[in-house]
Amino acid sequence: MRRFDAIVIGGGLVGTAIGYGLTRAGLAVALLDEGDIAYRASRGNFGLVWVQSKGLGAPHYQRWTRRSAEEWPLLAAELENTGVDVGLEQKGGAQLCLGEAELAKRRAMMEQMRAEAGNFGFEYRMLDHDELAAMLPGLGSAVVGASWTPYDGHANSLALFHALHNGFAAAGGTYLPNCTVTQVAAAPGDFRIDAGGETVGAPRIVLAAGLGNAELAPLFGLSAPVRPQRGQILVTERTTRAWPIPLGSIRQTPEGSILLGSSEEDVGFDTSQKPEIMRAIARRAVLSFPWLAELQIVRAWAALRVMPPDGLPIYDESERFPGAFTANCHSGVTLAGAHANLFAPMVANGALDPMLAPFSAKRFDVPAAA
Amino acid sequence: MFRPRPEIPAATIAVEVEGRIVLVPAGASAAAAVLMAGLSSIRETPVGASERGPYCMMGSCFDCLAEIDGAPNRQSCMVAARPGMRIRRQRGARAIEIE
Repeated sequence: MRRFDAIVIGGGLVGTAIGYGLTRAGLAVALLDEGDIAYRASRGNFGLVWVQSKGLGAPHYQRWTRRSAEEWPLLAAELENTGVDVGLEQKGGAQLCLGEAELAKRRAMMEQMRAEAGNFGFEYRMLDHDELAAMLPGLGSAVVGASWTPYDGHANSLALFHALHNGFAAAGGTYLPNCTVTQVAAAPGDFRIDAGGETVGAPRIVLAAGLGNAELAPLFGLSAPVRPQRGQILVTERTTRAWPIPLGSIRQTPEGSILLGSSEEDVGFDTSQKPEIMRAIARRAVLSFPWLAELQIVRAWAALRVMPPDGLPIYDESERFPGAFTANCHSGVTLAGAHANLFAPMVANGALDPMLAPFSAKRFDVPAAA
Repeated sequence: MFRPRPEIPAATIAVEVEGRIVLVPAGASAAAAVLMAGLSSIRETPVGASERGPYCMMGSCFDCLAEIDGAPNRQSCMVAARPGMRIRRQRGARAIEIE
């Protein structure tokens, strides 16, 4: 058996960000990755560092997302050492509203976000069509306004994934691919995992296996009732740069590709694409910017978000087996800063900060009313 | 660099590749016309401006992007050559046209 200071199960964005943070804290870490049979939300996501819509009615989530957005520039700068540019642009972002009803709903949401932010503050502006049109060439008349915050941004999520893996390896981390967990032995502060034909042991373990956490967590006295939520994305040919900032479900990469997305479907473990959803995504994009209709779609795919019942992340530590932690979310890109720079040091110190207490899966244990 | 297979019909369709008239057989693609014109590249990449030309010839690699009859970023290997077709170099990203 090979012994480590910590085991991370899951080699996606969440697990790798945590593994990277743990190695940088000086721990010897084994990162177990499933292999090509995994669903890999990390390779299908949209690439936003997105703050403005996160945590309505859940100020702890708003704050955690903001903390992550603050950590992002530090993480991106640090990852430059890996030789991979993660392409972070974080100069704010706008969510376009089509029609007055959408705009009114958005305005109310942003007001509530600010009220719930309290002393932490929440800077935002509602922009009208003319203000937006001055900023976004070719804006469609269907767009009546938008919400804007300075916190939002976007990055090349594949480059981030690559950089985190490089950084993890460079800091001495041990990456173990094709290691589906086959056997688990859990005791307080003592964990043994059989995976990929070998056994690894450590006093700490982090479950970051995305949708796989639902099955793994109970083996460690934890729970992670996550389900798959499908999202579909369309990508256009590259064009000269049209917009300086990401626009929620529309963004243009620095290289010129325009990504269109943000569908949500509950269809189980099904990653097939559906023409009616693709049509709806394209229609909204063309209403937002009529000139997009001329562009060719060069790629499209579907991927599965890792979705807890209330849409908020799950962070937990096992009471039965101290040293075991879970981390689950649908925002592996946005939260990468927090996972590497905030969550990993907590695991290294052996306990989660009280700021994460509201994220415990115990929140789902409330018995349903008869 | 390329020679047509012996069973291929005679080259009878005239297309224009970067200002030069080239004859290609019926059924040939615009990318084949680029190769028969002797060009090794037909586009410059958007980020690094490095030269690219037809490679996979089956719609996968996107390295044969060209401006065809005024339409930018066409996959020339997936477009059949037609008489009088104009195939031009794709320089970087497509320019956006906003009215």
